[in-house]
Amino acid sequence: MSETLADWAEARPVTIEGRTKAHVKTRSPVTGEGPVLAGVLIAIAVIFLLLFLVLPLAVVFYEAFAKGVGAYFSALSTPDARSAIWLTLTVAAIAVPLNILFGLAAAWAIAKFRFPGKSFLITLIDLPFSVSPVVAGLIYVLLFGAQGLLGPWLKAHDIEIIFAVPGIVLATVFVTFPFVARELIALMEDQGTGDEEVALSLGATGFTAFLRVTLPNIKWALLYGVLLCNARAMGEFGAVSVVSGHIRGKTNTMPLHVEILYNEYNVAAAFAVASLLALLALVTLVLKTVLESRFGDELPGKSRRH
Amino acid sequence: MHVRAVDIVKTFTASSSRPALDGVSLDVKSGELMGLLGPSGSGKTTLLRIIAGLDIPDSGSIFFGGEDASQKSVQERRVGFVFQNYALFKHLTIADNIAFGLEVRSRELRPPKAEIRRRALELLDLVQLTGLEKRRPAQLSGGQRQRVALARALAVEPRVLLLDEPFGALDAKVRRDLRGWLREIHQRTGHTTTFVTHDQDEALELSDRVAVLNGGRIEQVGTPDEIYDQPATPFVNGFIGEATPIEAHIEAGYVYIGAHQLRIESKAGTSGKGRLFVRPQDIVIGDSQPDSLQAQIVAVRRNGATRRAEIEIPAHAGRVEIETHSSVSVRAGDSVPIQFVRGTFFLDGEGAPA
Amino acid sequence: MSLVSQRNSILPGFGLTLGYTLLYLGAIVLLPLAALVLRASSLGLSGIWQIAMEPRTFAALRTSFSLALAAAGINVVFGGIVAWVLSRYEFPGRRLLDAAVDLPFALPTAVAGIALAAIYAPNGWIGVWLAPLGWKIAYTPLGIVVALVFIGLPFIVRTVQPVIAELNLDLEEASATLGATRYQTLSRVILPTLTPALLTGFALAFARGVGEYGSVIFVAGNLPYVSEIAPLLIIVKLEEFNYAGATAIATVMLGASFFILLAINLIQAWSRRRLGYV
Repeated sequence: MSETLADWAEARPVTIEGRTKAHVKTRSPVTGEGPVLAGVLIAIAVIFLLLFLVLPLAVVFYEAFAKGVGAYFSALSTPDARSAIWLTLTVAAIAVPLNILFGLAAAWAIAKFRFPGKSFLITLIDLPFSVSPVVAGLIYVLLFGAQGLLGPWLKAHDIEIIFAVPGIVLATVFVTFPFVARELIALMEDQGTGDEEVALSLGATGFTAFLRVTLPNIKWALLYGVLLCNARAMGEFGAVSVVSGHIRGKTNTMPLHVEILYNEYNVAAAFAVASLLALLALVTLVLKTVLESRFGDELPGKSRRH
Repeated sequence: MHVRAVDIVKTFTASSSRPALDGVSLDVKSGELMGLLGPSGSGKTTLLRIIAGLDIPDSGSIFFGGEDASQKSVQERRVGFVFQNYALFKHLTIADNIAFGLEVRSRELRPPKAEIRRRALELLDLVQLTGLEKRRPAQLSGGQRQRVALARALAVEPRVLLLDEPFGALDAKVRRDLRGWLREIHQRTGHTTTFVTHDQDEALELSDRVAVLNGGRIEQVGTPDEIYDQPATPFVNGFIGEATPIEAHIEAGYVYIGAHQLRIESKAGTSGKGRLFVRPQDIVIGDSQPDSLQAQIVAVRRNGATRRAEIEIPAHAGRVEIETHSSVSVRAGDSVPIQFVRGTFFLDGEGAPA
Repeated sequence: MSLVSQRNSILPGFGLTLGYTLLYLGAIVLLPLAALVLRASSLGLSGIWQIAMEPRTFAALRTSFSLALAAAGINVVFGGIVAWVLSRYEFPGRRLLDAAVDLPFALPTAVAGIALAAIYAPNGWIGVWLAPLGWKIAYTPLGIVVALVFIGLPFIVRTVQPVIAELNLDLEEASATLGATRYQTLSRVILPTLTPALLTGFALAFARGVGEYGSVIFVAGNLPYVSEIAPLLIIVKLEEFNYAGATAIATVMLGASFFILLAINLIQAWSRRRLGYV
């Protein structure tokens, strides 16, 4: 065919007509399973989720109130329960801010600058997720325990870490270590450095740029990370169990208190305390879902959640 | 295989109440290369998908030869469908992609392994990708993927070949090469072929006949010459090539602009108001003659071998773009005599508004 | 390092933030892990091997690894179906169930543990119906599997879901136009496309299952040689002040998690190379 005619063919934007989102979920004759198979699949999924997720949650609240509302609240107001609640809140109040500070620092250094060994550093930051909670507790015992590397020195200086609150905080910080950092790193790497550079070019100091430009950009992702971090911090069991020593009224967190009550066959009381933790989980899930649906585009990709 | 679509109506519940296809009928003759041309949202892809069985029409029928295919599933229709983004199976090699349609046949109909492989390699030769059978789609260029997609569609010996925007995702140079190549393949294999495009040059260059769609209806079906030279509706006139509508009317079969009678006859009717569609080549600047109109040149620019001039004529509000040979010297501000040598007149209310 | 790098950005604070990051990482994560490595190296490979091969330790490690494997396998099947259904179908309660998938991430493991015990104990909600049939779930290895399925489910679903969402419907339609039945499309086109994600999710769930403690101990029965998991044995050894024993088990588990981490990276590299995506 003629050269000229071909020359006129310029690239135009591609539109995929009739293939809008409406297609995706409505059953096209070929992209869905037949009604029978579809029904079976949905039934399997729903029953599986009800059995494995919804039922345990329902059981917690049912058993918590099995002996009545009075028993429920008296279980929550014993001195041991109160001190466990207080310790859990204290530990979270220390561990979460520490990890926020670390998350911000790590994300700034990793996402805004290029340097060798960056991906290795990210792997190291994610490391605590791959370590069993019990092993996480163990490593602190091996470091700070009576027979640990620093044990004699600590004893000589009268510093208690293992079987005391500092150990619980350290173990909690370890298991919640990556939560804030990984959310922020992923998001800030996507966002790049353009906004901050504009702020600097307009005369802002580095700290002002961080406060007025970076922070507003990442606030939802930060909240998201804090949410997950806090849930884990308050609920951690294995790592804390190893370092706590289970001293009632002193080094018992809520999950540990649940265990003690349960092992004493005080089941209703155990579930009463557990119901508070389950409530925390529910609130976390609701807030997380709200964040994902309202501010999903201000969160990093949803593929790597732990 | 002669393919017919009869009175196809299709409404997508999610979109507006306007049907995506509003009573469309189309005949594609055996061995013909038919282009479906229209703007986005005109329903051309939907029509293609309904022929394939990928969408189900609300009403209407599809015939393959004498056989009513409407009730047949996609699998039973045996069409070769080439998707806009090729939809190659990334986990399979090129050879396995091409062989897929043969591999999934039921045991009685499936050729032996060696035969499947032989056919896959043969098709690979046909699409000029000999030697790439062990590659995976991720290792091919866009143009190469397009060829694999075609080979895969041809492997099932389709009764009709359907291509959705076959060159839409490619850059201009590759598109040009592939067009000629597709034409060649069509001539060699002789498949009844229908393809969708929004690119009029592509449609006019490739097709034996073109169907122009707009707003869920077919505006015109015809050879590229008919479509270009004798547009049946104002929409076709406006959509194919460049054309400027000028307010006009007819009396006794002749077209008038204002009080000025042109040498253009119209069969649109005997009298009434309407619009005259003129292409840049339809108006010439020449010596003053009795039927000349005096026009004011507003702007001139050089366009390759030709010159484009924007002119203003009496009794018409906007500007009209005309094309002259570069040897004709015109300057902005000149007042020149012009003549209308061609033009298509449509009475108001005739055809869908463009 | 920092001198070179600072030149590639006009933003300040690189030295400060990286310094703090490394310091904090070192103090919280690397130093304590080094304490474990130091202990382990004093035992030597043969020492660790010897402890790991002690019948009770070996049984605990075998229990943890084999049951985590089984649970991850169950989750690949059911988690895969759950991910498919949640992504592809609209039905009442879908959004709620979708949100609930993250429950195992959010619910403290001890709470999950006692809840599962209350369900599957012989006098529990479901256990009471199974007891007459002679089926026992809680306080047997089966109870451990149930707990690990609970813990591992979101790893599979949340890894596979985004890949399903990205699946091009054209692939399924192309398969159909080529004559494939829906079953053939599922098995020959969709499943192979999801395989890397399923494998990654499997590895993540497996890794988590091996180390899981809180949700398991309440339903496990914790019978040595039968339903005692490795993390529990670490605690038992610690309570006996057998630091060498605890260290050896922990080292084996840590080694396993590194191995799994490596496997995940290899899966993703393989997928990228082969399919052009992860």
